[in-house]
Amino acid sequence: MKSVVIVFPASNCDRDVAVALQKVTGGQPVMVWHGDAQLPECDLIVLPGGFSYGDYLRTGAMAAHSPIMREVKTHAERGVPVLGICNGFQVLTESGLLPGALMTNANLKFVCRSVSLRVENTDTLYTHKYPVGASVVIPVAHHGGNYFADEDALDRLEGEGQVVFRYEDNPNGSARDIAGIINSNGRVMGLMPHPERVIEPELGGTDGIPLFQGIMERLA
Amino acid sequence: MTAALYNNEISPSTVSEHGLSDDEYALIVERLGRIPNLTELGIFSVMWSEHCSYKSSRRWLKHLPTDGPQVICGPGENAGIVDIGDGQAIVFKMESHNHPSFIEPYQGAATGVGGIMRDVFTMGARPIANMNALRFGEPEHEKTRHLLSGVVAGIGGYGNCMGVPTVGGEVNFHPRYNGNILVNAMTVGLVETDKIFYSAAKGAGNPVVYVGSKTGRDGIHGATMASAEFDDDSDEKRPTVQVGDPFTEKLLLEACLELMQEDAIIAIQDMGAAGLTSSSVEMASKGGVGFRLDLDRVPCREEAMTPYEMMLSESQERMLMVLQPGKEELAEKIFRKWELDFAVVGETIPGSNLTLVHRGSEVADLPIDFLTDDAPNYNRPWTSNEPVKDDIAFDSAKCPDPGKCLIQLVGSPDLASRRWIWEQYDYSVMADTVSGPGGDAAVVRIHGTSKAIAITTDVTPRYCEADPFEGGKQAVAEAWRNLTAVGATPLAITDCLNFGNPERPEIMGQFVEAIKGMAEACAALNFPVVSGNVSLYNETNGQAILPTPAVGGVGLLKNYTKRASIGFKTEGDVVLLLGSTTGHLGASLFAREVLGREDGPPPPVDLAAERRTGDLVREMIEEGLLSSVHDVSDGGVLVAITEMALAGEIGADLSSPDGDPYRYLFGEDQGRYVCAVSPQNLDRMVSMAQSASVQTAQLGHVTGTAIALDGAVLAPIGDLRNQHESWLPDYMGTAE
Repeated sequence: MKSVVIVFPASNCDRDVAVALQKVTGGQPVMVWHGDAQLPECDLIVLPGGFSYGDYLRTGAMAAHSPIMREVKTHAERGVPVLGICNGFQVLTESGLLPGALMTNANLKFVCRSVSLRVENTDTLYTHKYPVGASVVIPVAHHGGNYFADEDALDRLEGEGQVVFRYEDNPNGSARDIAGIINSNGRVMGLMPHPERVIEPELGGTDGIPLFQGIMERLA
Repeated sequence: MTAALYNNEISPSTVSEHGLSDDEYALIVERLGRIPNLTELGIFSVMWSEHCSYKSSRRWLKHLPTDGPQVICGPGENAGIVDIGDGQAIVFKMESHNHPSFIEPYQGAATGVGGIMRDVFTMGARPIANMNALRFGEPEHEKTRHLLSGVVAGIGGYGNCMGVPTVGGEVNFHPRYNGNILVNAMTVGLVETDKIFYSAAKGAGNPVVYVGSKTGRDGIHGATMASAEFDDDSDEKRPTVQVGDPFTEKLLLEACLELMQEDAIIAIQDMGAAGLTSSSVEMASKGGVGFRLDLDRVPCREEAMTPYEMMLSESQERMLMVLQPGKEELAEKIFRKWELDFAVVGETIPGSNLTLVHRGSEVADLPIDFLTDDAPNYNRPWTSNEPVKDDIAFDSAKCPDPGKCLIQLVGSPDLASRRWIWEQYDYSVMADTVSGPGGDAAVVRIHGTSKAIAITTDVTPRYCEADPFEGGKQAVAEAWRNLTAVGATPLAITDCLNFGNPERPEIMGQFVEAIKGMAEACAALNFPVVSGNVSLYNETNGQAILPTPAVGGVGLLKNYTKRASIGFKTEGDVVLLLGSTTGHLGASLFAREVLGREDGPPPPVDLAAERRTGDLVREMIEEGLLSSVHDVSDGGVLVAITEMALAGEIGADLSSPDGDPYRYLFGEDQGRYVCAVSPQNLDRMVSMAQSASVQTAQLGHVTGTAIALDGAVLAPIGDLRNQHESWLPDYMGTAE
């Protein structure tokens, strides 16, 4: 499996997710600078966490207009899976690859915490290794994870099984406790929690492993 | 012949506005043989400020031990460096940002964090962890909420964006900080020993290069502001506070580390306090060379900035480098890729002067040694503090029962959970935090290895107030103890010496005695000081802070899987206390919170016993005999046990002691550890302790869902957790 991790200015979980991909899938991801105009041949594109462009203007808003994002969109339209974690999720909503928006947390504060999540859809490329109805513990660390979409859009997401992860104890005010969603063709997923931080017991858990294993099984 | 002292440009009031005394100014005129111009006067004002010159503290700092086989670089550089084997080293330093944080808490704290991270990556290290030591006024004070809220947001705002985990720290509240809060930020970085960069410039004709952000008019006179007392008008000093941009700093970090992979840099120094002035002067001074800067080439954010403003600006996220000739193009390409400013602003020159040129004419020409080594160095008068000798007496019959005291203590401002704070910090980014906030020391793995670094910050200001010498000793000993309690071998410390106005002999006395106490502990524990800073004039309208020599300690774990943490783990374990108990309550939290008094001497630290006990604990952890350990500090044994119970979600049943239960349960005798020990290891451990001449006491067992004494419940864990967790959110919940 060939994966690519996009590095924006002030991405800061790019190394972490590359380490997780390497550890779980065995393959070394290619790091691609946001200013590059071309993506290498790849099976998976990851938009990592961080503070691209310092969160200036709006989280993810400026990164969504980076040169490389044109390529990411083209690839996504061709069906190449795209995974956005935390800031990567914000970039995906800002660039229109996923519906809705991520607003500032309801209490206006950054929150770093291990949270319990329900895996609402275990029939996706990313989550098929989790047991049906699984509850997993994965940390969040964000200032803008408060998911918003209008009621119709939310109903549509729910109806189509596009809500993939839901908070069991909502840390940020997200509509319908949404922590992660997938697009209608099941290829583009964004989530606020950081699965790459829970791939070893010594780091507080291993609930991130099935996600990366699942991707590898489907794409290898 | 006496030269004129003043002219049209420089009057006596200009001099005093620059924080220079008449004597200092006279010295300048005498040595220069002329009246300085305004730009030059500005340069003297920052370089001779307390903050940059250490003029009151320099002679005393020499008392601190700074050597050891582990030390690669001691004080005097941007940060200290200790060896951790395998060609790797740890670069670390703690620095104060007190004055700016009081004036503008968010930006003051944020730029404090930004500044200390720059000090570390300037030396070639990637920052791997941040810590902080914070002191605020009493909770009831009108400014405390606002300051706490702003400082925490500022620390998080900067560190989180940088992607460096903030893994712990400490917070105290006391009315003596009402007018002067303390924000001490610490950064720990990792470097390869063959890729360390220093600040000493070399050679003549080498390019001096400016990188990072543009220079603006912010922070002018920040160093001078930080070297004076506050009064009722200190809000007016807001323009002297710098504005932080963590996004640019993240780019600067990556760009510097990228360039450091090449053989291009001769010397590098961040522009912190006193900006372009102190960075160029220090680089030139350390290298014994002159500097010529062409100020027209300095990237400026604003139009028509004067030489004075450029030299005194404390705009953030800037670095100065001396490059090898011919490497400018290579370096520029890297900085342009990261969208940062890059400008050759001058060159190293023969001689030993700092020469500034602006619009074709020379606007300053100053001897560098006069700005640094020959700057004023005062032997300020100091008076010895006469500490009380006898422990406090009190009527235990009038005390609430121990369970009530415990509930009160765990929910008191100095002991309540700091979760509300540390959840605003990203403590798990970089995916190497194996023990985050809430333990005795944070443990951060060295990426890709089995090694880890333990980090702690400590000082007990109320002890230092009661007896600065014992308080100084205790700060160092407690840092050593906290590192030991996770199983780490303590390596070295950084310090942040926060005191009041050194021109008052009693304050200078606190400073001198605290240093002597620290020095004694450092020597006894092989725990040298490798970096630090001094923050004086923490005083408002004549009211000084508690003396607060904050200590940041680092230790090494060779194998992070063999570490201990505070939580109880197994029902039935024996609760064993290592170390001697006399029941000392002077200057304790129990005395303050329950008895409402702050008098009495602090508990003395027996450094020989400290060493014996700590070495034993470490040996037990390394042998795998011990995995639940907590040092005994604020609140004594019962609070320590409660914290272990809260972390492990199991209670304990304790045997009631002989003698006064309050002294026994809440006394703050030093050099002690509470351990939870598997019954089958107990005999072995007791005999190890006997051989090491360490006292042991079996306090009870790990069991149930409450803290109990002789089977009678003192307090259920649920109630204790409620008290412990709710104080800070409840307090901050009413924030604006």
